[in-house]
Amino acid sequence: MTKKAIISPFVFTLVMMFLYMPLIILVIYSFNDSKTMAWSGFSFRWYQELFTNSGSLWRSFGNSVIVALGSATLSSVIGTLGAIGIYWYNFKFKKILQIATFLPLILPEIIIGVSLLIFFAKVNDLLSLVGIHFPLSLFTVFLAHTTFNLPFVLLIVMARLEEFDFTIIEAAYDLGAREIDTLFKVVLPIASPGIISGFLMAVTLSLEDFVITFFVAGPGSSTLPLHVYSMIRFGVSPVINALSVLIIAVTILLAFSTKNIYKYIISK
Amino acid sequence: MRKNPGPFYSSPVAIWISSFFLIPLGIIFTYSFMRKGLYGGVVPGFCLDAYSALSNITFLKITASTLYIALFSTLAIIVLAIPSAYFMARSRHKSFFLFLVIIPFWTNFLIRIYAWIAILGNNGFLNSMLISSGLFSHHVQFLYNKYAVILVTAYTYLPFAILPLYSTIEKFDFSLLEAAQDLGATKWQALRKVLFPNIRGGITTAILFTFIPAFGSYAIPQILGGSDSLMIGNVIARELTVTRNWPLASSISVVLTILTTLGVVFFMKLNQNASGSVRRIATAEKGVNA
Repeated sequence: MTKKAIISPFVFTLVMMFLYMPLIILVIYSFNDSKTMAWSGFSFRWYQELFTNSGSLWRSFGNSVIVALGSATLSSVIGTLGAIGIYWYNFKFKKILQIATFLPLILPEIIIGVSLLIFFAKVNDLLSLVGIHFPLSLFTVFLAHTTFNLPFVLLIVMARLEEFDFTIIEAAYDLGAREIDTLFKVVLPIASPGIISGFLMAVTLSLEDFVITFFVAGPGSSTLPLHVYSMIRFGVSPVINALSVLIIAVTILLAFSTKNIYKYIISK
Repeated sequence: MRKNPGPFYSSPVAIWISSFFLIPLGIIFTYSFMRKGLYGGVVPGFCLDAYSALSNITFLKITASTLYIALFSTLAIIVLAIPSAYFMARSRHKSFFLFLVIIPFWTNFLIRIYAWIAILGNNGFLNSMLISSGLFSHHVQFLYNKYAVILVTAYTYLPFAILPLYSTIEKFDFSLLEAAQDLGATKWQALRKVLFPNIRGGITTAILFTFIPAFGSYAIPQILGGSDSLMIGNVIARELTVTRNWPLASSISVVLTILTTLGVVFFMKLNQNASGSVRRIATAEKGVNA
């Protein structure tokens, strides 16, 4: 008989406390009436302030949603096509393409942010020669987010394709399907759970990104994380506590629902 | 025979990645060999100024402190992550525990950093507690030093290590541990000689996925660090946006890119079957379907 394990449950409990304590403190203090972290009574005033008195915060939130949905959609389309091409077919430079799409996953975010900032500045220089203005804006944020979302979508869809037999595609061709029919009636339905989780992941990554956005956002194109950053610079604010609680709640809801969506798709 | 549709399907991703990833990397590579312009930008012409600046003592000190912070946070993470992942893999409530690990990980990155300001700040939770309990008469400065940066880095990247470790330990056949103990090994010997060699891939991936982002970190030292915890990421940003020395920002980025790539290649060679798991975990990281 082995003794009952002591160390691993102890460390796990410690880790859970470590992971959750900050979040729990935020939740509690979001209901604190006082502006400081000294408890002075229960109140909803910071939530009220968040909903009635924080126009620029909600504008940033709107920007975040636009960029997240836009970049997730585009990266899902490009990524899905790419996954089909890379996973099922051979072509010249395939190996290089695989490495080039894997690299953004492992490089520190700041490298991508810096290189895109310098790139956009260069493009602006070149375009200004022909009289076109290309400033940092929500559009450059969208381009950057699509770029870092792409490798994730690509790999998730490829993981889904791995579970399927290529002979299904050959059968479709043998039965006379055109390329476009095969794509829409065979391949995409097969890949759809992968595409959906790729899309959801892209939305999450985009909503969450701070570092890359920080470099490629221009004036007026602040996203929610950038806005939170500027608020943090002024120190502890109970409005951020309230906002954090909303974000944590939405996160938990999303995590639950995507889990269920996923189960639903698989069971179909 | 039909025409190979591979190039057709792959061309959008190839064009996108070339335009917005490879060409930008190429540009900073060429900029790193140029001279800095008067008001930012670069002056064409070949020179190695930006690279010789890397051997200057201030920069070496910053590299050392970056290494220090990244190493200690990785070490703390691995020490906490291995027993946690082991516990989760042996538990009956695996998926629930996985869910618990993933929730904080899904919570916005800046909110997680902010939570620590709310706790450790001068007017934060800890100081309020200490002062109202009468232990201290003044607030204590917990933030803006390298320990705060290490703590929050460990907090941020801990799930990055737990998830790959969990997925390898879960596949381990635990009866091997009992066999080793039946044959006279102590519990610790069994863990060290039987479990650890079998989960090397997971440990490698865990180290890779915590050390690399910790080493290239920007936001955490920017928000919570002080003068002793300036990291390479902050220097890149400063050279780019404040000092406006673009060749220097580029040369540091180029070196960081090369080091990261070499590091990954080295780790993959060290552990042949880790490459598959790196790829898998990179995607499973955010745990959409974990």
